[in-house]
Amino acid sequence: MLYAQILVNGLILGGLYACIAVGFSLVWGVLNVINILHGSFVVLGSYVAYFAYVHLGIHPFLSIVLSGALLFALGYVIQAGLINRVIAAPVLTTLVLTFGLELLLNNAVLVAFSADYRAVQLANPMGSQIIGGIVFPMERVMATLLALALTGLLYLMLAKSKIGRSIVAVRMDPEAAALMGVKVKRIYAVTFGVGALMAGAAGSLLSVVFPISPLNSTEFLGIAFVVCVLGGLGSIAGAMVGGLALGVIESFGALLIGPQHGLTIAFSLLILLLIVRPTGIMGRRGYE
Amino acid sequence: MNKGQTMHRVAVALTLIAVALIAALPALSDNYLLRLGTMGAMYAILALSWNIIGGFAGYPSFSTAAFFGLGAYSGAILQGAGLPMPLAWVAAGLIAMAFATLLGLAILHLKGHYFAIASLVVAEVLLEITTSWTSLTGGGMGLNLPIIRISIDAQARLFFWSMLAIAVMALGMNYWVSRHRLGFGLMCIRQNEDAASMVGINTTLYKVTAFALSAVLVGAAGALYASWVFYIEPPDVFATLTSVKPIVMAMLGGAGTVLGPAIGAVLFLAMEELVWRNLLQIHAAALGLLIVALIFFLPGGLLGLVTGKRKRRVVAKKGETTSNSAVKGGAA
Repeated sequence: MLYAQILVNGLILGGLYACIAVGFSLVWGVLNVINILHGSFVVLGSYVAYFAYVHLGIHPFLSIVLSGALLFALGYVIQAGLINRVIAAPVLTTLVLTFGLELLLNNAVLVAFSADYRAVQLANPMGSQIIGGIVFPMERVMATLLALALTGLLYLMLAKSKIGRSIVAVRMDPEAAALMGVKVKRIYAVTFGVGALMAGAAGSLLSVVFPISPLNSTEFLGIAFVVCVLGGLGSIAGAMVGGLALGVIESFGALLIGPQHGLTIAFSLLILLLIVRPTGIMGRRGYE
Repeated sequence: MNKGQTMHRVAVALTLIAVALIAALPALSDNYLLRLGTMGAMYAILALSWNIIGGFAGYPSFSTAAFFGLGAYSGAILQGAGLPMPLAWVAAGLIAMAFATLLGLAILHLKGHYFAIASLVVAEVLLEITTSWTSLTGGGMGLNLPIIRISIDAQARLFFWSMLAIAVMALGMNYWVSRHRLGFGLMCIRQNEDAASMVGINTTLYKVTAFALSAVLVGAAGALYASWVFYIEPPDVFATLTSVKPIVMAMLGGAGTVLGPAIGAVLFLAMEELVWRNLLQIHAAALGLLIVALIFFLPGGLLGLVTGKRKRRVVAKKGETTSNSAVKGGAA
């Protein structure tokens, strides 16, 4: 029963991890940019949820709309105004650029909101349900379900909508897409915006689970790294599998060698996987 | 780049450094300036070392912090075990080099972002291991180094000159690599690795050698740093910023050139001291702003600014030198 409980905990955590990572994976896959800002985007989403709840009384599960919209705008502007200018430069350039932007943004968040940990104290906590001897903390379960639903929506958007098909086309072959009339730079900006949107929404959902602080951004970024490498780059399914896998691995790892080593296990696993199988568990695939 | 020109530039730089040092000798009794000088030399070591793998070979390595921290802890532990200080520095350099060789064999087959992430995460894993392995490293409480029985002033001078000696070695290493077949092979790898491999360059050997070279002096500098500050703790020596700063310095001066990283290191230190000391609250943001400005306004670094006008001619010449060297290589 203990193992079943740990498995459930891992899956609940994993759904959230998938939602954190899917935007990062999309940006990496389509733009070939590693977005070091991603962790701070998640943190910003959490702050939006926090302030929306404290000042306006909007439940964090509803404020994903708000945080998603704000972060989309921020992401779109950053890509259209800055990263698009150096998108053709070597990997190091974009990597260092987003690192510089991360230092700026994180410092700004730190100055604006301080490093203190904050938490969303819900007026009506949902409590937990016990089903078949396994405890389900309902807020986490709801957050995870919403995270998975959002990921599913992203999948549908990419598969069905016109803009989604354009993103997929740019990922496959930017030049061919340009010849078909797709405005590639604009699609880059939209894609980066969508990546930020997913990060912001994930941040809102996480605000009911984890304490909020600018210091968390590194951890979220680390999670995004590991999930992408675990699941393989560039597919929604990969991020989903990678996220769930990381959640389960972390839960069992915490049981075996202590909870403080969760991220260590994840990172060791990441290096090992990169050495053995750089394409991830799912192998290489696109956003078909 | 032709031989005479590079040689000339290195000679000029060394002369300038020598002149500056002699001019500064009276000031070198000032411990603040000595501290600054030691820091500058250390930054130069990190930037010049990164330049071998990141500048010449074009591999976006973020593992400087891993080598630095490994060197710091190796040196500290060995000194604690009774090894004389200079020997501990040498040993730390060799340990970092051995580690880089093994790590390189494991991750240098990765390209682009995958390599960057793998090299970045290594420092994190070492940080966690160091924090957990309390019996050897003192864990999160950190590690104290044995006390040296000479006066504070003598210590400050000792560490400054030692650090400077390593920095000169790093500069020499860059110069040697740029003149040697190794550097030529690395530049080929940067431009097109498949083609390099096809014309007979043993890419794995070259890359692993470059990675090992980029670690050895960083490891020694880490150990020297540990002796210098007397107390180290994991987040201090394995900080991610230690991996990023050398890249910024190298880009500031001009990555892939011999002198660029050293110039960049000195400028970086000057900015860090002058600007950020006064703006402690937003010093990370200042660094971020510097990075962004660098990428948009100075993509080739300062040396690129100086040599930019000649770039077209150099590129045209490169074809000649390439074929010449290839012939030389074939003959040898």
